[in-house]
Amino acid sequence: MHILKLIFKNMLRHKLRSFLTVLGIAIAVMAFGLMRTVISSWNSGVEASAANRLVTVHAVSFIYPLPLSYQDQIAKVPGVRKVSFANWFQGIYKDKDQFFARFAVDPDNFFDLYPEVVVSPKEKEAMKNQRNGCIIGAKIARTYNLKIGDLMNIDGDIYPGQWQMQVVGIYHGRDETSDETWMLFNWHYLDEGLKQASPGRAGQVGWYIVDIGDPNQRAAISAAIDNLFTNSPAETKTQTEKEFNQSFVSMSGAILTAIDVVSFVIIGIILMILMNTMVMTARERIREYAVLKTLGFSSSHLVSLIGGESLLISSIGGALGVAITFPITSGIHKVVPPQWFPVFNLETMTVVLAAASALLAGVLAAAFPATRAVQTKIVDGLRQIG
Amino acid sequence: MSLVSVQNISKSYWRDSQEIRVLTNISFDIAEGDFLGLMGPSGSGKTTLLNLIAGIDKPTKGSITVSSTDISKLNESELAKWRARHIGFVFQFYNLMPVLTAFENVELPLLLSKLSKKERREHVEFALQIVGLGDRVHHYPKQLSGGQEQRVAIARAIVTDPTVLVADEPTGDLDKVSAEEILKLLERLNTEFKKTIIMVTHDPRAAERAHKIRHLDKGELS
Repeated sequence: MHILKLIFKNMLRHKLRSFLTVLGIAIAVMAFGLMRTVISSWNSGVEASAANRLVTVHAVSFIYPLPLSYQDQIAKVPGVRKVSFANWFQGIYKDKDQFFARFAVDPDNFFDLYPEVVVSPKEKEAMKNQRNGCIIGAKIARTYNLKIGDLMNIDGDIYPGQWQMQVVGIYHGRDETSDETWMLFNWHYLDEGLKQASPGRAGQVGWYIVDIGDPNQRAAISAAIDNLFTNSPAETKTQTEKEFNQSFVSMSGAILTAIDVVSFVIIGIILMILMNTMVMTARERIREYAVLKTLGFSSSHLVSLIGGESLLISSIGGALGVAITFPITSGIHKVVPPQWFPVFNLETMTVVLAAASALLAGVLAAAFPATRAVQTKIVDGLRQIG
Repeated sequence: MSLVSVQNISKSYWRDSQEIRVLTNISFDIAEGDFLGLMGPSGSGKTTLLNLIAGIDKPTKGSITVSSTDISKLNESELAKWRARHIGFVFQFYNLMPVLTAFENVELPLLLSKLSKKERREHVEFALQIVGLGDRVHHYPKQLSGGQEQRVAIARAIVTDPTVLVADEPTGDLDKVSAEEILKLLERLNTEFKKTIIMVTHDPRAAERAHKIRHLDKGELS
């Protein structure tokens, strides 16, 4: 027999109690993992931002457009390699609940600036050549069972009217962190429609995407771009793509902070569940610990016994929790419309944090009962009625 | 030369600011191979004296020397190691680990030794044979009778071949027949295996088995 066997047998002494404790830890670890995944999913756009991309928007607000003529001027700023643009189109596809991002983009070079959007040259060329051509993300194609050649009718809201796009390509994300829920269509189709319906809105873009060679020069280049349009009717504000995306995420800041806090409260719950079990366990066994001391077992042996049992329970609970988080995360991702959480992956860091939290709880939960067992005198322990 | 020497031992407890004297100036010697019975009424201090000799409690005053070691000067860690090597303790209520089999309970003290698994098994089987439980090695305490449980406890106490075997009311929780078996076993351990035994009891029939009897009354030897 080894001391580990005694730890294992002790854990199985109250099977129901141990089972419920393991289950409680597993559920708490799973909840922790899910919450961290929601937060990381929300921040995925920010995290996926490229360091070499700047975004130039209207200085007053993102909702105001900028003249198309700015493109050439920005392109001449030293340090700028390429300039592309996009408009937030929105619109309604099928019904209002079918939300996913729809952009009118510069067909000439938009994809050059977004290497994470993987699309074949043939499909890019098709969008360039076909005015109403659009390229959709693979997840959108799967969700709506769309294939190349299919038509998509969209009711315009920001840009009123009936817009009919034809799918000419389906893009895939470069990796699992890439968003596959965009619909990207030829900006010229929007512009031509506006020229007819509301000429005053034609020739304008929502924002510019600026590719810079050296990310360390971003501050100087941003300032140079904005200086170009100082005192013009449409002054600009240039920022990194990360800052630009962050400004959207920060609108949900309070909710994210709440989820963040609750996720760490869960660690406290894990600790309380385990500590309750370990305190009860150690109290029931004070007499046994006194007997072990009488036999010559030292304080470190008792700490090993109690700590080992606590760690064993927390490890099993943590491992089970992490194990069930994978299928549950995957299940949620399948059930929830992809546009809600375009990226919903259980990150390695979340798994590590969840497992580490369970183990930390195991150590902390053993601290008090182990101290008590060590400090109890043998003669007092032997008098305890277990 | 005596194996155990108790010199001017006193033991007091404090309740608030009041001193409660349990033992007062106790002195006596126990020779190697002796079988000493400690008798006395409840509260006379006999268990306290046994605990002091076994090194699980410390005297307020005086010294206890066992096999040339003054155990009253040892710290907790040293005492733990000393107990593992020199003391075999038999409790009134057996105090076996309920989750361990008879074999595993007897093996428990040997986990602190450097014996190999094979050597441990040999020692455990031998100890269980001595107490007559060679056929109950895989039984759990709840599957054994009170007498059998106490015999496992005795096997656990002797498996390390301790210098002194101390027994606190070893028959106090047993029926007559089982008590008689346990007393015979202790007697055999003393005569056949030359074990030095100190036994606390308030049962005169149990005390008859001892070679010497010391009476305690209100913390003093009479």
